[in-house]
Amino acid sequence: MSSASTFAAPESNGQKSRSGGDPYQLGRDAGRDDGSTGRGSGGPAPKRIVVGYGFWIFILSDIIMFAAFFAAFAVLKDATAGGPSGMQLFDRRNVGVETVCLLLSSYTCGMASLAMLRKNQLWFHVAMLATAVLGAMFLGLEFKEFADLVSRGAGPSRSAFLSAFFTLVGCHGLHVTCGLLWLLTMMAQVFAKGFRDDILRRTMCFTLFWHALDIVWVGVFTVVYLMGVTT
Amino acid sequence: MSDQAAASQRRHEAGRTHDKAPGEPHEEMSELTNGVRNYLIGLGLAALLTAGSFVISETGLIYGPVVPIALIVFAIAQMGVHLVFFLHLTTAPDNLNNAMALAFGVLIVLLLIGGSLWIMSHLNHNMAPMDQMMQMQH
Repeated sequence: MSSASTFAAPESNGQKSRSGGDPYQLGRDAGRDDGSTGRGSGGPAPKRIVVGYGFWIFILSDIIMFAAFFAAFAVLKDATAGGPSGMQLFDRRNVGVETVCLLLSSYTCGMASLAMLRKNQLWFHVAMLATAVLGAMFLGLEFKEFADLVSRGAGPSRSAFLSAFFTLVGCHGLHVTCGLLWLLTMMAQVFAKGFRDDILRRTMCFTLFWHALDIVWVGVFTVVYLMGVTT
Repeated sequence: MSDQAAASQRRHEAGRTHDKAPGEPHEEMSELTNGVRNYLIGLGLAALLTAGSFVISETGLIYGPVVPIALIVFAIAQMGVHLVFFLHLTTAPDNLNNAMALAFGVLIVLLLIGGSLWIMSHLNHNMAPMDQMMQMQH
């Protein structure tokens, strides 16, 4: 009897922390009355947070992969093997339009996530469709540029510089293609199944992915196109 | 107003100011316009920075050799804008793990890119030109 009471947490202690704990409002969920105190001690995080964290880790690993391609490009920038350099090849107007497309699609993707939180089917589909159209325009422009380069004899096998260029930019384009497929899948799922919790989480992951692609593109147009044309 | 109600009110205010990222989901209608406004601010800042980097790379507005550095500064600023206004990254308790993971990712990316450039530039410096190498092999 006495040994049990020494090892078990006294009942009155728990009551006390419930009523008087957390005087400085440091709790993870300060608006709630369940007495959660301190960082991380308010029970398990909501699934939305955990899923977002896991997907964020994936995005970071993806960004590290892109960093390797960026490093390869930066090292091989001048290894043109007597072939054309970036200054002779790149059309900055084309790049500007591509950038505008991707930036606007990031914005409409944010609008879609707001519509999703309001559980508004119409606006969600409108915003996602706008995102898809802008993403497809980006891909079309990039494909046109690649086809143009290859037709001018500046394909990926011409020089180390062009190999690195096609790998880096092509890998980003491949990501955008996958993102477009995922976008259409999410539209179909929301249309068929409605705003279920699991579908909300999947769509949240998609918006994270799409915004991350825009961040990578900021690096691409700065390092590959603008710096390649000026220096 | 009773003491308890005042405390819960204060707690509510605290939660609103410290726990939410720009554009983070809220319950009330006015928060929707708040979210739209935050995305618009992000879009405006990102567009300004993009336009800025296109302009400085095109015109002789700033001293030539500084242009690459200015471009990198603009790009990093724009990535920050995207992280805060589009990805809603904050240092709120719910978000702290994400920020820590990002810090680690940035460390790896800097080591990878900086290290590659450093090593390869030294290698280029210390290596004889290619045609001389060919002659030495013969």
